[in-house]
Amino acid sequence: MNSRPVARLDSMSKKNGAGGPRDRGRAQSLVVPGQDLGESEGQEVGHGVIVMEGRLRATKNGRIRNQGSTVSIEPLHTRYIPRPGDLAIGYIEGCTNNIWFVELGAPFNAILPMSLGPGKVEFGGTRSVMDVGEAILCRVQEVEETHSSVVTMKGMGLRKIRSGVIEEIDPHLLGRLIGKGGESLKRLKEDAECRVIVADNGRMWIDGDLDGILEVRRQLDLMTVESRPIPVGGGH
Amino acid sequence: MGGYGDVQMIDENGKRVDGRGPGDLRDITIETDVVPVADGSCRMTWGTNEVIVAVYGPMECHPRKLQRQDRAVLDVAYNMAPFSTTDRMRPGFNRRSREISKVTKDALESVVLLELYPRSKIRISIEVLSAEAGTRCVGLTAASVALADAGVPMTDMVVSVASGKINDVVVCDLNKEEDNYGEADLPMGILPNSGQLVFLQMDGDLSQEEFNQAWQYNMDAAQTIHNFMVDSLKGGEA
Repeated sequence: MNSRPVARLDSMSKKNGAGGPRDRGRAQSLVVPGQDLGESEGQEVGHGVIVMEGRLRATKNGRIRNQGSTVSIEPLHTRYIPRPGDLAIGYIEGCTNNIWFVELGAPFNAILPMSLGPGKVEFGGTRSVMDVGEAILCRVQEVEETHSSVVTMKGMGLRKIRSGVIEEIDPHLLGRLIGKGGESLKRLKEDAECRVIVADNGRMWIDGDLDGILEVRRQLDLMTVESRPIPVGGGH
Repeated sequence: MGGYGDVQMIDENGKRVDGRGPGDLRDITIETDVVPVADGSCRMTWGTNEVIVAVYGPMECHPRKLQRQDRAVLDVAYNMAPFSTTDRMRPGFNRRSREISKVTKDALESVVLLELYPRSKIRISIEVLSAEAGTRCVGLTAASVALADAGVPMTDMVVSVASGKINDVVVCDLNKEEDNYGEADLPMGILPNSGQLVFLQMDGDLSQEEFNQAWQYNMDAAQTIHNFMVDSLKGGEA
C-alpha cells in the first residue's frame, strides 16, 4: 500500500509553527484535543496533557499554562470532580433502607449513609426524612479511586434546603464569582440583600426576597456570557 | 450499487454534477455551543447535510448494569429526523441507525480517555436534520467537536470523510446522486495528528489502485476538515 499519513507529529509542529510551550507569546494560547505541544523532555505533565511518543499532547480544549516546567491546560469547560472536604449542594436521587444516593453534578453519585444523615433516622425511614428530588447542603467525606464517594450532613450549617432557589454555574467560574478574598461574592450579597451559599460543585443556594434572587440571577447570567470565549452563532 | 451504471456523472474534464473536481469537498461549516443546556454541542453543515450533536456527561451511568468498574461507557445515539430526507423517515431506531451508532461509538472509544471516569457514562446524541449523503461521516466528525467542546479528554479528534467511485473514476466526498448511482463508497475515520484509522467501511468494489486513490483523497480531505474543526473550537483565536 502506497498510502502515507499526511500529518505526523513532527510535521504538524513545523506546519503550525508551534515550537512547543517554550515559545514566547504563545503561553496563553488556546489548544484543542490532539494538538502537539512540543518535546516532552524536561517538562512535567499537568492537567489535560499526556505524553505520546515522546511528545506532549493536549487532551482538552482550553488555554495553556506554563508554571515552572509544568505544562497544563486550563479547560474552557469542566465537570465537577468531588474532593474530600468540598461543600456541595446535591439532590437526593434515590434511597434504600439506610442509604441515600446523592447527585452532585459529578460523573458519579455519592452515598449518604443513615449514620451521617441529619439527626436520628429510623431504619427504613430514610424517605420520610429526605425524599427523592429534595436538595441538601452536604460535605464530601471521602472519594475513592474507584469513584465511590461518601457525603456527610454532620457539621455546621449542613442541612436540607427548604427555601430559596438553587442556581448552577460551571465550576471553573467559581473563582471569578467569589473574587479575591471573597470580595465579589460579598458585593453580590450586599447588592441583592440575599443569603448566598456557594458550594464547590458550582451550585449555589440563594435565599431572600424575589427581587434579590432575580438580581443574583442577572449577575450570574452576565458572568456566564462574559466567560464564553466563542460568541454563540459564530461560524465560517 | 444502484444499477444505473450508464448515468453520466462526471465529464471528460473531471467535472462532477455539482461542478466540483474529483478531489474537492463540499462546503463545510462548524459551530460549537449551539445547545445551551448540553455540556458540549456542535452544529455542522456539510453540503446540504446538517447535523446537531449534543454531549452530556461524564455522569452517573444508568442503568447500573451497563456500568464498567474500570472506565466510562459511551452512549451514542444516531437519529435521523423524519423531515431529513425527501421520503419521510419513520421516527425511532432502525437497523441503519443502530449500525451507525455502533460504528461511531467504536471509533470514539479509541480516542476518548475513558479510564479517567470509571463507572460513568458519556451521552452523545447525533441528530440529522437534513441528509444528503455521508451523514455518518458528518455525525462522527461533529461528535468529536462536541466532545472537545464538552471538555471530555481525548488523545485526538476523529475526522471522518468518504471517497468513492463514479463512472470508474475515484472522487472525494460523494453527494446524493453519486452515492445512489455510483459504484463504490469508502468512508473512513482518521486521526489527523497521527494518520491512524479508527473507522473504515466499504460499500461496492474498488481495485487496489482505486482504493489507494480513495484513501489518499480521504487523508488529504481530513487535514482540510481538521482545520475547520480547530478553527471552530478556537473561535477565530490563534
